[in-house]
Amino acid sequence: MSELEHYTLTINGQERHVSDAWIGESLLYVLRERLGLPGSKGACEQGECGSCTVYVDNAAVCSCLVMAATAVGTQIATVEGLNEDGSLTDVQQAFVSEGAVQCGFCTPGLVMAVHHLLDHNDSPNEQEIKEALSGNICRCTGYGRIFAAVDSVISVRRSTSS
Amino acid sequence: MPVFIPSTLSEATQLLAGYPDAHLVTGGTDLMVEVNFNHRHPDTVISLRKIPEFQQWNIDTKSAVVNIGSSVPYATMEHGELARALPALAEAARTVGSPQIRAAGSLGGNLGTCSPAGDSLPVLSALNATVHLQSETSSRSVAFADFMVGPKRNSRLPNEIISGVSIPLTNGWQGYAKVGVRNAMVISVASVCLAIHDGDVRVALGSVGPTILRCFESEAWINSVGLENVNPSVAQEFGDRVRAESRPIDDHRSTAEYRRHAVGVLATRLLLRGVQL
Repeated sequence: MSELEHYTLTINGQERHVSDAWIGESLLYVLRERLGLPGSKGACEQGECGSCTVYVDNAAVCSCLVMAATAVGTQIATVEGLNEDGSLTDVQQAFVSEGAVQCGFCTPGLVMAVHHLLDHNDSPNEQEIKEALSGNICRCTGYGRIFAAVDSVISVRRSTSS
Repeated sequence: MPVFIPSTLSEATQLLAGYPDAHLVTGGTDLMVEVNFNHRHPDTVISLRKIPEFQQWNIDTKSAVVNIGSSVPYATMEHGELARALPALAEAARTVGSPQIRAAGSLGGNLGTCSPAGDSLPVLSALNATVHLQSETSSRSVAFADFMVGPKRNSRLPNEIISGVSIPLTNGWQGYAKVGVRNAMVISVASVCLAIHDGDVRVALGSVGPTILRCFESEAWINSVGLENVNPSVAQEFGDRVRAESRPIDDHRSTAEYRRHAVGVLATRLLLRGVQL
């Protein structure tokens, strides 16, 4: 039995201690407000917008709907950990190159969703891409530039692997 | 204000016996919305995510039953062997929230919340599923029809944990259809599951009553007509009869009138799909 007002999370491969936390705090809140990782964005707080997407044990989930204290013992990955040296990943670069970023608020969540899709399926069709990104809401772009960025990553990865 | 993450079912039931007011949580996709909006302020939480048998599923071909642990995520039901065994459940799972929600949400959570809009619940009803409950000292199995007793109310006792469900396979067609205000990331306005087993039709409705509604009168009527005699006008009358058995209300998501219309259309459509017309 463990009373978890103080607990340790494993985030981007590092142990991070959380102290004096209320048990109802979401993982999103703990990441942003307690651990200085503001990459995951908070918008809807009810799992509808996807801007807080992180990976918990390799599953892409909304961090606003994960009770942080129940994530002890899991491997958590956030957008800050995609590239350890802080450079852009191919997905992030494609978002920049294709103009898929306007206000940018949805971008970290979309980048996480796109990486998750392409890590599991290197040649998704249009329907699969739309379905994979259906949990990430963007109110600026109309999605066209986002899909163009995904297509660009797919073709670049295909040409470099062949 | 403790959080517990038991790693065995017996540890979990012991904890619940000691903390009967604890919130049980698996994916957290229902509970955390209420917590984030200050509608709930949990003092004690028991997370069920580490209990191994809750994450397991199997297809028992001998007894023609699929057993699904209460923490198996919807994402697992959408594809592969489980989806081939239970196509209606796969279709329902695919309409739950978003991929992020389906990676976390589970049947245990849908049953624990027991919303009339719970996407998996019409499937559990039409397929005559059984809900398994475990307490520190005993276990029991309850037919889904006896489990859900009202909107967000079920017959789980405070010392019981939903451990999983058993869903009988059907030897005929099964399917699910749902209407919402948009295609993705939407809560059901009306939903229907239709299943055929031994030539008999079963139909269950979601979001159009205080509980999931089985349409026994419509089932008896279509089964007296016979599936071999189904044509578009028979399917239309079936839809009308299903519509008459619905008990929808007006709320912030839709109107009773539209819901009544929608379940009729969905029932007609599913019956025609079921007989490949």
